[in-house]
Amino acid sequence: MVTTLRAALAALLMTSLAGSAAFAADPPPLKIGMITTLSTAGGYLGEDMRDGFILAMDEEHGKLGGVPIQLLVEDDGLKPASGKQIADKFRLQDKVDVFTGIIYSNVALAVVPGLVESGAFYVSPNSGPSQLAGAKCNKNFFVVSWQNDTPHEATGHYAQYLGLKKMVVVAPNYTTGKDAINGFKRTYHGQIAEEIYTALDQTDYSAELARIRAANADGIFYFLPGGLGINFLKQFTNAGLKKTMKVVLPEFSLESHVVSAVGNDAEELYGTAHWLADLPYPANKKFVEDYTRKYHRDPTPYASQGYDTAKLLASALRAVNGDVTKADAFRAALRKADFKSTRGAFKFGPNQYPIQDWYSMKVVRDPKTHKLTIRGVGKILRDTGDVYSSQCKM
Amino acid sequence: MSLALEQILNGLQFGVMIFLLAAGLTLVFGIMGVINLAHGSIYMLGAYVAASASSKGAPFVVAVAAGAAAAAFAGLAIELVVIRRLYLRDHLDQVLATFALILIANDGVSIAWGKTPLNMTMPPALAGAVSLGGLTYPTYRLVLIAAGLAVAAALYVLVARSRLGMLIRAGATHRETVAALGVDITRLNTIVFALGALLAGVAGALLAPILAVQVGMGEQILILTFVAIVVGGLGSIRGAFVGALLVGLVDTLGRAYIPVVLKPVARPEIADSLGGGLSAIAIYLLMAIVLVWKPRGLFAAGTR
Repeated sequence: MVTTLRAALAALLMTSLAGSAAFAADPPPLKIGMITTLSTAGGYLGEDMRDGFILAMDEEHGKLGGVPIQLLVEDDGLKPASGKQIADKFRLQDKVDVFTGIIYSNVALAVVPGLVESGAFYVSPNSGPSQLAGAKCNKNFFVVSWQNDTPHEATGHYAQYLGLKKMVVVAPNYTTGKDAINGFKRTYHGQIAEEIYTALDQTDYSAELARIRAANADGIFYFLPGGLGINFLKQFTNAGLKKTMKVVLPEFSLESHVVSAVGNDAEELYGTAHWLADLPYPANKKFVEDYTRKYHRDPTPYASQGYDTAKLLASALRAVNGDVTKADAFRAALRKADFKSTRGAFKFGPNQYPIQDWYSMKVVRDPKTHKLTIRGVGKILRDTGDVYSSQCKM
Repeated sequence: MSLALEQILNGLQFGVMIFLLAAGLTLVFGIMGVINLAHGSIYMLGAYVAASASSKGAPFVVAVAAGAAAAAFAGLAIELVVIRRLYLRDHLDQVLATFALILIANDGVSIAWGKTPLNMTMPPALAGAVSLGGLTYPTYRLVLIAAGLAVAAALYVLVARSRLGMLIRAGATHRETVAALGVDITRLNTIVFALGALLAGVAGALLAPILAVQVGMGEQILILTFVAIVVGGLGSIRGAFVGALLVGLVDTLGRAYIPVVLKPVARPEIADSLGGGLSAIAIYLLMAIVLVWKPRGLFAAGTR
């Protein structure tokens, strides 16, 4: 008895020694700085993105492209100034060379130019501002998600395709809201009956709904991110407007969080997205299955973007064996986009923003679970980049 | 004409909901002299408890009652643990402590319910619309107006006619005299605070079916509530009622008509975004005008 115990202890000691020896032989892990929004009402966007990224690291037991990773995550609280502070701390104190994570463009615009000027790499999982897509593009700045206008252009195409003649468009009264409406109008050529701008902290939409009813349109497009859109949709349905108007939305206003937060009000919603949970690609099937199993919630586009960002980084890190100081080789490897994206075909345009397909979607009731779910309908755009890329000279 | 009536009803509905929050806030300030920023968090708690009770199968009325009860209980706990220590401190300390409560409440709610907004299903009987002459109006919004007015009436009776109300009014204006007459002012404070929390909980629970029940929902409405009680005069229930209705009507009618009025005089792309901007500041203009005219608000306590 005593001897077996002693033997077991010795064996344990051996394995732990072996383990630590192996650990000591490994180079120190590569630090990746993730600045993202985890608090405020928009916090679930950053949370999903981060969890998607970590899921990709889990597949390699904490590595990306065979390189051990130390992921530093900090919450910017949706404040450009805090984002900048975190970036400076990561860059100067922690000596981070590779950054990612920012959700909101106002934060990205405060943080990214300084970082890439200093020679660091920034790979954006979400924000794709027009300001950095054209003349001010940068060779160390990559966007995995989309250029900010494109989601709305895709929705405009779809509204056009659905044959809607007269539409109301709604967005919050700030830069991104106006960009959304301009993007939509770039591709939708029917009549715009009303253009309504709301306040960013608005909760009650009854006044706007009465105006919408009076406009007698046959469709509505709104860009109201997160909770704003949930408030709006609940009140829109309650006002009985869904019976007379088709609702066509960009992916920000129609993802799985929104569907679960509005319940039956999600019925009969249309939209467009660059990623869908039911896309048939093997990489996507694996992602959706693993994500749902690990986090017990349905993945959103943000989660897929975090995952794809990690996969892209993995492909480039493998190419340079984790040595990001070989900046030219690392950049060339990123540019190749040699990874299996959850959204299918993916490559970078001349401004290092994506060229990809866009899908139309619809909310339907799952015949088995009776739950409302988002289903892909078809491809609405193929190999689409953005309108700013021609101004980018690298 | 029916569109104008619809917009007035919308403003009225928004106003009575603001009143439910404003009543508690103004009582707490008027009687205890405490600025309670955490009032919005109590409203959020009411909405979360109602939504999660409803998703577990509780009937609508039970879910609303659960939300209100949870809010009142939270109010009681907050008064006993935190607010009680702040009566004699200056307003800055109160703001600091109650702001901390907001942060704690927001993080507590995300830990308990997650960051994804919750859904509360509307009872099918109230989900439709009713016809009022030439106007179809959502039934649920009419119910909100009726419920808000009923609570306002009950509160009026309580404050103007009952013994407790008499003490509350006296406490607002002559705190020391009331205490000298042998009234347990500490207990009165606790009751008032819990009552205010209960009303905030009712508002949160009633609004849950038409709002995103999410972290931070309290701060959004708290600002409007403060505008309402400043307009109405701090510490006055009547002022809170008038102020809340004014804020609700001005905000709604501003959003409804400012863009329409601007359309013929400005280029369309300017009219739309300028209209959006102007209507967003309409209530602050209202507040500025009222304060110039009556610096202590329309019905400041003790000035009747």
